[in-house]
Amino acid sequence: MMMLHRIWQFALFIWIIIVIIAAFTWAPLAKGLGEYTRILYFHVPTAWLTVLSFLIGAIYSVIYLRKRDLKYDYYAEAASQLGIVFCILATVTGSVWAKVSWGSFWNWDPRETSIFILLLIYSAYFALRSAVEQEDRKATLAAVYSLFAFVTVPFFVFIVPRIYSSLHPDPLINPQGKINMDSKMLTTFLSSLFGFTVFFVWLLKSKMDLIKIRLNLKKLEK
Amino acid sequence: MEISRLQSLRNAWFVFQKDVQQEFKTRYSVNAILLFAIVTLFAVSFSIGTFGASKEVKSALLWIILFFSSMSGLSHIFVREEEKHTSDTLKLICAPVSIFIGKLIFNFILLLLLEIITVPLFFAVMNFSVASTSIFLSVILLGSIGLSAGATMIAAIISKASAKGALFAVLSFPILLPVLVAGISGTKVAVIETSFLKAADELQMLFAYAVVVITAGLLLFDFVWNE
Repeated sequence: MMMLHRIWQFALFIWIIIVIIAAFTWAPLAKGLGEYTRILYFHVPTAWLTVLSFLIGAIYSVIYLRKRDLKYDYYAEAASQLGIVFCILATVTGSVWAKVSWGSFWNWDPRETSIFILLLIYSAYFALRSAVEQEDRKATLAAVYSLFAFVTVPFFVFIVPRIYSSLHPDPLINPQGKINMDSKMLTTFLSSLFGFTVFFVWLLKSKMDLIKIRLNLKKLEK
Repeated sequence: MEISRLQSLRNAWFVFQKDVQQEFKTRYSVNAILLFAIVTLFAVSFSIGTFGASKEVKSALLWIILFFSSMSGLSHIFVREEEKHTSDTLKLICAPVSIFIGKLIFNFILLLLLEIITVPLFFAVMNFSVASTSIFLSVILLGSIGLSAGATMIAAIISKASAKGALFAVLSFPILLPVLVAGISGTKVAVIETSFLKAADELQMLFAYAVVVITAGLLLFDFVWNE
């Protein structure tokens, strides 16, 4: 069992190394964007993981509200902790990209606004958690807040960029449903997305295992 | 089913009346929110002057004043119940849905009151005018519904936590930002355009936001209230 873990962790390590090398050397450059297309292979996966962890956090919040088991609240918290890390990474890489292609680090493009809102929501979520002492009350309020935030986020992610013109290239799901990428670029991009997602799942799973161990310890102490 | 729905709306009305009477005893929320708005308005007016800014900047300033004033007063509706330990009695009297709707109406009326006083003052002091009154009024009205719905729900959440004042602004800012963005943009349209359809995007967004937030509030309020 332990051996199996080691093997796939090592495989992931190799995978990500190959992705990094491919992103910098193998993948061709996009027309009009020049050298800085390469940040694509790291910026998009981090943004995707931010949204994914937000979704996972919301799902665990629903499960907590239905089952009232503190375990699920800790899972939601773990997902959000990873979410805020990837959110910061997506903001920073996006900002660097904006500097080289649009000329300034920050110009309130609708996409920049939406990632900033996500960052604010994550911070507010942790501020709320730190302001409540009682464990079950903290869990309920945090779950309700994350769900309430979850229903308002689509306005920023999907509606605002449609109304106000954005310079940001369309995300994966564009209105035409097409992907405008060279096959080599696409391969690198999808492998990077896959590698990062597996990495995220591994991080989340480790955090969840840790939570289980901690809860078991607490039970034993009682 | 029909009767109980009617009953919960009646109860919501009673909760609203109770809050109005309670408010008249102290006038805390009204004073806080109005004074905040007027002080901000005059600070803005004093620092920019009557002709110092374009209409686009002024429409943004109007929304910023409304937005932050609502943050100063709208949380009181639930904080009051917790501070006076009256929430347990309220729990016994009626269902969470009625309480949420009642408090939502109260916050909405409070916000309208604020706007009835602040907006004409803003027009006068800042030398502001709009090309289309109907767009402007619809943006303000729909925006107020969204603002009060979001703020009521966040107020319910923070009333159960410590450090309520600071937390209210922190939690409601990201939630209410769609209203601020669409409100500012809608007001900018009202300044220039006369045709109602030009503001369709903003009005649709404000309307959708209000519907989504009220629905989410009705579904989630139960969990917060019975915590």
